[in-house]
Amino acid sequence: MSLKLKALLKSPWVFHLSTGSCNNCDIETLDCLTPRFDIERFGMLLAGSIKHADVLLVTGSCNRMSVERLKTLWEQVPKPCLVVAIGTCAGSRGLFIDSYNCPHPLDSIIPVNVYIPGCPPKPEAIMAGVVQLIQKVGGA
Amino acid sequence: MTREDVLADIRGRFGADIVELFDKSPKRVYVEIRPQAIVRIGTHLFRTLGARFNIASGTDMKDWIEILYHFTIEDLNLLISLRVRLDPGHPEIDSLARDIEALNWIERELTELLGITFTGHPDPRRLLLADNWPEGVYPLRRDYVEWDGTADRTRGV
Amino acid sequence: MGRTVIPIGPYHPLQEEPEFFTLTVEGETVVDIDVRIGYNHRGIEKLSESKIFENCTFVVERICGICSTSHPYAFTRAVEDVFPMEVPIRAKYIRTIIAETERIHSHLLWLGLAGHFLGYNTVYMWAWKLREEILDVMEILSGNRNNYAMFKPGGVRRDIRAEDIPVCLRKIESILPTLDMLKKAVLDDPVLHARLKGVGVMTYQQAIDFSALGPTSRASGVARDVRKDSPYGAYQEMPWDMIVTKNGDVFDKAVIRILETFESAKIVRFCLEKLPDGPIDANIKDVPVGEGIGHIEAPRGETFHYVRSDGTNRPVRHKVRAPTFMNFPTYKATVKGQTISDATIILAAIDPCYCCTERIAVKDASGKALYSGQDLIRLSREKTERLRKGMGGR
Repeated sequence: MSLKLKALLKSPWVFHLSTGSCNNCDIETLDCLTPRFDIERFGMLLAGSIKHADVLLVTGSCNRMSVERLKTLWEQVPKPCLVVAIGTCAGSRGLFIDSYNCPHPLDSIIPVNVYIPGCPPKPEAIMAGVVQLIQKVGGA
Repeated sequence: MTREDVLADIRGRFGADIVELFDKSPKRVYVEIRPQAIVRIGTHLFRTLGARFNIASGTDMKDWIEILYHFTIEDLNLLISLRVRLDPGHPEIDSLARDIEALNWIERELTELLGITFTGHPDPRRLLLADNWPEGVYPLRRDYVEWDGTADRTRGV
Repeated sequence: MGRTVIPIGPYHPLQEEPEFFTLTVEGETVVDIDVRIGYNHRGIEKLSESKIFENCTFVVERICGICSTSHPYAFTRAVEDVFPMEVPIRAKYIRTIIAETERIHSHLLWLGLAGHFLGYNTVYMWAWKLREEILDVMEILSGNRNNYAMFKPGGVRRDIRAEDIPVCLRKIESILPTLDMLKKAVLDDPVLHARLKGVGVMTYQQAIDFSALGPTSRASGVARDVRKDSPYGAYQEMPWDMIVTKNGDVFDKAVIRILETFESAKIVRFCLEKLPDGPIDANIKDVPVGEGIGHIEAPRGETFHYVRSDGTNRPVRHKVRAPTFMNFPTYKATVKGQTISDATIILAAIDPCYCCTERIAVKDASGKALYSGQDLIRLSREKTERLRKGMGGR
């Protein structure tokens, strides 16, 4: 990966996106901002708009209505952008794999760099996953 | 009014429209009625008896399509469910949402998931399904088959 | 004066816009509103038909993360309603403990988000910090911070150990002083009074017509609560109050949720202290042919499940109705005639479980977006600031 990405990852702007989830993963991601877990000490900040995102945190099982939006948003994100799939639903749809409204897993729609499994993954797991990603890309 | 008064009132007023009244337990009564009477009986329960509307549930029973309208009379801790049976080839019934605002969304949901037509519904648009979901395909029907050839159902093992 | 249509973005600070709410505005006043949902529809009712009864509880737990206990509770009550049976008393107490602890965490979550929209970020951080204590209690009792997997038809899946009870009691006690401080901060703040009183009013008759539920309807004077009207669990074992107010505005909805948190803490304390001995499971073997209905009071209102069984080990039909499904359409009554800067807080006041609601989108009459979701939250906070300055505040 490029020098540009390495530079971006010093203080990544994360953008959170839900593609049809029960919101447990979203709440646990939000919890990372609260004083107990405090993701800001790793230099991560929440981006106000997708156009400023370096890292995309995606949750949810990509149901039919969300997929259109997801594709539009992915086009708007300035590349390079890393994608973190949080939760089992974002990884493979979990128990919604047979649902008539969830036809495709996330990684067949946009490329995913890190999978953080769990239902929902604890905030510690989410932070560990994102930090691992940054270390891996930074060291690559 | 006591519980017995309520049941006597319903039997008295709508006797001709009741197919079967199943008094299951102190808290549960299932009344099967003729579909033509749904607006009369539904509005009587809601307005005159002051019952709260819980929800309507539709089921595809192969030989017929059934809708259960659930109403609760809280003071008596009594839940009355009105059952109607509709022809599976042509499931149609008068819309109760015209008179009771609380039914607006559930009738829209039943239309798109089971294919029931509610005549006179004030706003018969799609509620839950995406725009690219094909017309005439009703997911909660027994004969629903996956129409989307691109869907990926592999578990990777 | 021309009408323009305004987009209301996601009221959640982190969510990105999907379309959803369409506001038509004349100047600053909302004259019409419409909504589009479906972004979280995952076909759960159909999924249930292919799972055995016990596994359905795991599916419905994931309908909503915030009220994740209310759905398994209502589902297990529905299965237990198919045929006459009695759940053991210890299981009833454990179920009540889990349900009420969840109510505390859900109301604190809402309080934090409401604070965020109004510009009170300290309230947001404090409320969510308190929530962490409650999530610790859940982790001690059930093993997980969310998705507790405690319910099964016939009883509960796991027992509570005696040595965990003092720890949990201490944690519940520890949040009460801060909760009291938050209560006074909200109830006594003149800026919040000016900001929220009289905003988004729903009348008693409207609450009845929409069949609104939970704090949304109790704020309008409808004194209904499934825990009082149709008692289940251990709710009849101790005295507790149903909180009802009569103004129907956003302020009342906030007050009800805060006061309910205290009642829930009372109930949890009682149940933990007086937990009776005995079995935790009635060991249902087969579910006979029949129908069952289960309804319980979730943090947002009544959750209603209907189950139909044909004697096999899978449901023929499982109907799920979350309380937000009935509360959501009340936006038609509460948002019309209000200003754009109040729109986010009015919509947030019904405490929509996003999973049931989704996003908001607004289309401009000419197709142009006028405000984004972030803009609307900013407008809401700016109004709070204006009011504070007008009152000569600090």
